[in-house]
Amino acid sequence: MTAPLDGFPVHAADVLGLALLFIAPLTLAGIALVNAGLGRSRSAAQSLLGSLTLVAVSAIAFAAVGSVVATGPGYTLEFAGRSWNVMGGGSFLLLHLRDTPVGVQSRLFFEFLALALCVLIPWGSGTDRWRLAGGCAGATIVGGIVFPLLTHWTWNNGWLAQLGANFGLGMGFLEPGGAATVHALGGLSALALVWILGPRKGKFPKEGLATAMPAHNATYVLIGCLIATAGWLAWNGAGALICLHADAASLPVTAINTLLSAAAALVTTFVVTRARFGKPDASLCANGWLAGLVTSTACAAIVNPPEALLTGAVAGFITPLLVEVMELALSIDDPAGAITAHGVGGLWGLLAAGIFAPQPGQFLAQVVGIATLLGLLFPLLYLLFAVVNRIVPFRVEPDGERLGMDLHELGGGAYPEFVLHRDDSYR
Amino acid sequence: MKTVGLLLMPAGFFLLLAALVLFPAPPLRGIFAACGLAVELLGFGVAIRGHLEQRRGEEISSGRKEAGR
Repeated sequence: MTAPLDGFPVHAADVLGLALLFIAPLTLAGIALVNAGLGRSRSAAQSLLGSLTLVAVSAIAFAAVGSVVATGPGYTLEFAGRSWNVMGGGSFLLLHLRDTPVGVQSRLFFEFLALALCVLIPWGSGTDRWRLAGGCAGATIVGGIVFPLLTHWTWNNGWLAQLGANFGLGMGFLEPGGAATVHALGGLSALALVWILGPRKGKFPKEGLATAMPAHNATYVLIGCLIATAGWLAWNGAGALICLHADAASLPVTAINTLLSAAAALVTTFVVTRARFGKPDASLCANGWLAGLVTSTACAAIVNPPEALLTGAVAGFITPLLVEVMELALSIDDPAGAITAHGVGGLWGLLAAGIFAPQPGQFLAQVVGIATLLGLLFPLLYLLFAVVNRIVPFRVEPDGERLGMDLHELGGGAYPEFVLHRDDSYR
Repeated sequence: MKTVGLLLMPAGFFLLLAALVLFPAPPLRGIFAACGLAVELLGFGVAIRGHLEQRRGEEISSGRKEAGR
């Protein structure tokens, strides 16, 4: 079914993809709620306002600068007898957007949403200590430079997408739902950020184990997971249509795989935390559910239901153990567990897509994509964040951290009628 | 130490790219690519170790400041 619109045919798949993209922002709402809930009550308003602000700033940075790098036919380097499409060459400030086909516009809208989710991931890790101004600076870096580069390489026929044509590696680097561009990149930027910010005050005392700083509102966290799931189902469907050019008939399987992956991850995390602590842990279970969803962004459109169950179960097994290792052994203070749920979950999903994809060489293509994220983009992110941190300090002053981000940055708390508990770590 | 680790990671990445360009045959290409990935992971491990040492140094210096007061 096609109908002409301003000279361009509109395919049924375009309309369906757009409809799914309009539901996909529920993912953003869910993750924002999870981030706010996992932080402390005295930073809840700053966390939610920060989510909105970061989405806004990153969207402007992407429209102004990032889209030039991400879209367009691009600049190709000739090296070792092969062409490497390394950078796009789109129009500044999307000036010629109206002159492009609907499919291209939908893809760009998908990229805007992907970026919005990508910048929310490190925001959760920096909660209770990352200033709004610093968050905006970080979002500008991600939205203006790093995300557009990776988006061009993977979704806009860049060198990673062409690994199949150039080197005979399956279908090239596959990541239809943003496992690399959104989750792995977001998780790695969270790690770079946490290294620069340092832990929350009182988190790692000089003697003894790390202090437990539990989520202030488990209800936000768990409802956030449910809201994110609704968005995720649409997101993976849209990704399959837009990035893989899949048939609409494949959407039900993609949705079922998404749900199965999350379900297997939750059940595994539930069992692991029950075995380790005697009772299931709500915030770790939420992280497990999210890790399953993250894994599905790479696999749901490619694998069969039993494989979706297996990949989800592995993600659910890794998540609670790695959260513990990061906190206790590696001194990494990640309140949202984003490095594990999004970063490691995304990388595992990408690898699993390579394991289960039927095309020969697909596994190596996925490994090259993972190596690009780890070996090239992570050091680049750390370097850029470290430089920007010198200009716009990321971390709040000690007094601000003691007062809470709400009072310090916004002048008022999220729960003005509640009595806040005294913080024992400041005695 | 963290900087050394972060520099080692791109080195591993370029090693992996070299594997794609230099070895068209799958077994050699796979082995060389695995070596590239191993160098990356080694760099990541060194960076993590550097982070831990940095944290320990910060704790010692903050302890000295408190003792000075």
